Amino acid sequence: MAGNSKLRITGARVYDPANGINGEIKDICICDGKIVADIEGGRTINATGMVVFPGGVDVHTHVAGAALNFARGMLPEDHRQNDPFVRTRNLRCGISGATPTSFVTGYLYAGLGYTTVNEAAVPILTARHTHEELRDTPIVDKSTCVLMANNEILMELLEAGEYERARDVVAWNIWAAKAYGVKAVNPGGVAGWKWGKDCKGLNEIVPGFNKITPRQIIAGLANIVDDLGLPHPVHLHCNNLGAPGNVSTTLEIMKILENNRAHLAHLQYHAYGGDDWFNMCSASAKIAEEFNKRKNLTTDAGAVLFGNTVTITADGPWQHLLYKLTGKKWGNIDVENETGCGVVPYVYKEKNIVNAVQWAVGLELLLLIDDPWRVFLTTDHPNGAAFWRYPEIIHLLMNADFRREQIAKLAPEAIGRILLPELNREYTLFEIAIITSAGPARSLGLPHKGNLGVGSDGDVTVFSHTDDVAKMFAYPRYVIKGGEIIIEEGEMRNTVEGKGILSKPFYDPKVEDFLRPQFQQFYTVSFDNYPVEIERIEHPDIRPCKGVQS
Amino acid sequence: MSKTVLTLKVQPNIPLEAELLSPDIIAPLGNKEIASLPVILGKRQKRIDDFFHIEGDGSETLEIHGDLGRVKWIGRGMTRGNILVHGNAGMHLGAYMKGGSIEVGGNASDWVGGEMKGGSIHIRGNAGGQLGAAYRGSLSGMKGGTILVEGTAGIEVGMRMRRGVIAVRGRVKDFAGLQMKGGTIVLMSGAEIRTGAWMVRGTIISLEPLKLMPTFEFACAYNPVFMGIYAKSLSSKGFNIPYKKENGCYRRFQGDSSVPGKGEILVWNPNH
Repeated sequence: MAGNSKLRITGARVYDPANGINGEIKDICICDGKIVADIEGGRTINATGMVVFPGGVDVHTHVAGAALNFARGMLPEDHRQNDPFVRTRNLRCGISGATPTSFVTGYLYAGLGYTTVNEAAVPILTARHTHEELRDTPIVDKSTCVLMANNEILMELLEAGEYERARDVVAWNIWAAKAYGVKAVNPGGVAGWKWGKDCKGLNEIVPGFNKITPRQIIAGLANIVDDLGLPHPVHLHCNNLGAPGNVSTTLEIMKILENNRAHLAHLQYHAYGGDDWFNMCSASAKIAEEFNKRKNLTTDAGAVLFGNTVTITADGPWQHLLYKLTGKKWGNIDVENETGCGVVPYVYKEKNIVNAVQWAVGLELLLLIDDPWRVFLTTDHPNGAAFWRYPEIIHLLMNADFRREQIAKLAPEAIGRILLPELNREYTLFEIAIITSAGPARSLGLPHKGNLGVGSDGDVTVFSHTDDVAKMFAYPRYVIKGGEIIIEEGEMRNTVEGKGILSKPFYDPKVEDFLRPQFQQFYTVSFDNYPVEIERIEHPDIRPCKGVQS
Repeated sequence: MSKTVLTLKVQPNIPLEAELLSPDIIAPLGNKEIASLPVILGKRQKRIDDFFHIEGDGSETLEIHGDLGRVKWIGRGMTRGNILVHGNAGMHLGAYMKGGSIEVGGNASDWVGGEMKGGSIHIRGNAGGQLGAAYRGSLSGMKGGTILVEGTAGIEVGMRMRRGVIAVRGRVKDFAGLQMKGGTIVLMSGAEIRTGAWMVRGTIISLEPLKLMPTFEFACAYNPVFMGIYAKSLSSKGFNIPYKKENGCYRRFQGDSSVPGKGEILVWNPNH
């Protein structure tokens, strides 16, 4: 099956922002899984009256791993409420909901026209499990970001000023986890959580350490990632997530990152004004103004939609606070020496002022950040909402009248705290193609994704062109992954296996001599059992790094 | 009044999931349509008439004969009408029901009235565990309605229940009212251990002495006013609970203080 078929999509309006194509009618040809200039023979799909996008790319999502599985186990009631996927000749069974099962995750992503996802938080200790689960997440290509900002060995090295060794350790860790990028979650704060504390301020000394601060961890990691030349910049979940008034922390972090590339994850959760829950308000204007100036940064929205979901993050202290606020369920995982994790089911309600502000801030950031190449559509799945609700956000972005209808449903006290009612911008299809595909692919450093240029992967989504935007994006007519037709006439008829996208930065092999005794002393896992074997990765696609080579 | 009579003709060798045995679904259908309704045996779909002999067209009253101990989900989510089971009933009887009534002549299995919101269930024999309980992971169990059991009941009676009444004439096992959030449980013959563990609110009435956990504290001995009203209501269903001062008083215990909770356990203390 794989890749030897020829395919031509003809008659459709093509939106390929990476190549500056905005709604032109042209043919897209695919041969051997790649986009080519022209083909002879092969199958032709007549897509007259439809629109063609490059396959979607999700820059920040949580679809596999120990924390996800923990959440699945914690939420049998969510599984009962959602429709089961029944086994068919082509598809495995499973359940949807806030944390869909692994196979269903693949089907649902492909069902939205997404073909690449970035699992944004993987501790090395559970990387093996994560890769096993990603192997069972079909169709989509998968990259992962490894959690590094609370890694005890790394923090000790940064504290001691041993920068080069720290760089080698990061590079070794990336390859050990078979990861693609570096994720930093609440730098220092999660390490502090092991002492029942947090790091709210960027200049606080991390509990358990003598002098290192979140500021130094952020700067250190950003420099290391740039020096290693990883395709994707440091993927940062800032300190102080979710807290009223955290806008000052976020602005300060932007300053720290002045001379680095960086991706700020789920910016919505980091753009609040006020100083407590009673006067919390949107600070998206301040954030967007600063962000617009700083061209070295990209971000994703982390938008919120109303309804049931579950929050899963490595940010343990925040999750404990959220549990105290909701009083329902709380799961906490400690990952020795590396990070932590919290799981709290949550319901976002329109009539809750805080939730209404969060909902508005996500959309405001998407509307106020003027360069769509630097802000991407996410919900921080499943934290803000499940990823299969993306079409609802696209609808809100493309239709200001619909937005106003939804604003009218909010708690009236929330209106004075948000900017959304004043924003009239409406996204065009071209811009939607950027924030759902071309932009994230560029930020992830994947030149063969998110565009329809010759030589790119044959990942193409064909939508029917209707005024009902939510429906249009929820039910693509055709989804093509690597040249294989997955969805045809809105029905999933075929599945393929996805690739594992990895990066292999350079490190001095001598770093193992340093790490081995550290492991023997502090870890419960033996050093030789720690790295994930390359054989565990399904169809590995190792991307080049442009940084230090010796 | 017309009725639909189903008689079990083939005993399923493994549990049969028959959630369509509900007046809401059967009432508008004719005899033949009822016969073709699907039931699930293990992982295979079968027809109702593979297992039941069906008399009459659909009606608001279902009469089911036979040992239905392996037939699950009878009356699931029903909102109206009556189901009479002449025999035993399987697990999840009347789960999620919102209205109507179910009467079982024999015994019923676990999860009777799981997460029900209204209506009434009357079991003449014994019931299993988890009467009116919350399903795994859910935050609340039954939110209304009545469950009456003439025989004994199993563990976790009324687990996480929020509203409604459960009355059991026989003795119940451990953890009655586990994590209870409201509503009333009447234990006519007392219970085994750990009654009311983690209860936050709600009332457990026991006519027999209970072995209480240390996290329940004696508050007072009194005759609550509401007990007279309760007694009147329950006596119409054959459950007589004492309330008169001349016969004795209730000892009130408050807890579970490990949660901490504001629940109460009232233990009847007759005059000797």
